[in-house]
Amino acid sequence: MSDTLERVRKIVIEHLDADPAKVTEKASFIDDLGADSLDNVELVMAFEEEFDIEIPDDAAEHIQTVGDAVKFIGERLGA
Amino acid sequence: MFDLTGKTALVTGATGGLGGAIARGFHAQGAHVVLTGTRAAALAALADALGGERVSQVVCDLADSVAVDGLVAAAEAAAGGPLDILVANAGVTRDGLLLRMKDDDWSTVMKVNLESYFRLSRAALRGMMKRRSGRIIGVTSVVGVTGNPGQTNYAASKAGMIGFSKALAQEVASRNITVNCVAPGFIESPMTDVLNEAQKAQILSTIPQGRLGSGGDIAAACVYLASDEGGYVTGQTLHVNGGMAMI
Repeated sequence: MSDTLERVRKIVIEHLDADPAKVTEKASFIDDLGADSLDNVELVMAFEEEFDIEIPDDAAEHIQTVGDAVKFIGERLGA
Repeated sequence: MFDLTGKTALVTGATGGLGGAIARGFHAQGAHVVLTGTRAAALAALADALGGERVSQVVCDLADSVAVDGLVAAAEAAAGGPLDILVANAGVTRDGLLLRMKDDDWSTVMKVNLESYFRLSRAALRGMMKRRSGRIIGVTSVVGVTGNPGQTNYAASKAGMIGFSKALAQEVASRNITVNCVAPGFIESPMTDVLNEAQKAQILSTIPQGRLGSGGDIAAACVYLASDEGGYVTGQTLHVNGGMAMI
């Protein structure tokens, strides 16, 4: 799980050019990290690539925070 | 003005008259051009004519979805760098009155003209989004706006390109990516060369400027839209038709 968190954080920091200190599990991509809806789509695509999983659109809609992403990815990888 | 040095442009249908002219136009402005078409020999001949420098070739059949999905990556590999400019120029016609139109005449035209535009744009966008810059240009047609009897399929595909471009332009405007169409009218080509004098006179009577357009006229419009100077233009259709339709 912590490995997943670090990989997710790395993608988010890189993609959004965000301050690493702000990229906590509770951080919302849009509200806290300055993302727009297009960034969210790009982040989801980057997660898919990094973890070699598919994230369906309806699930992607609920991935709003770093923690949401880590939880979803963890469930997928664990399944 | 309109310098494209250091840019890489993919031009589909480069073996056709129009595509060849567009490729020459981009090359003349300093771009690295990736030529794509179905005929390897014709691509090689054009590459030779361009002097062999800043030019790559990728054979691709736009009716083959899998090949189309891989075309942008293949073009980037061939050019040795990311794609800055996509010019979706290739197109086919399967003319006939609707009453007699075969399913295949419809689906082939939609697939090659419209679906390939979707697939190529989608593939090109990923890199463009990351780099926060890009140019997508669809070569449509005046008949996509005016219609033309015998071309329901072709007109629909070309109108589709215009609507697609407007929607996509809005999606990616914030990423400094522009999406536009160029709409040629009657252009000199092997197709118009075979018309007889009476047919030519009839066509010319509909064009206020009294002449057919050249490939260079279309290439210049594409170069403008691809250039830094054209950067504030997005979601538009630039009509290049000697005045035959003012829209």
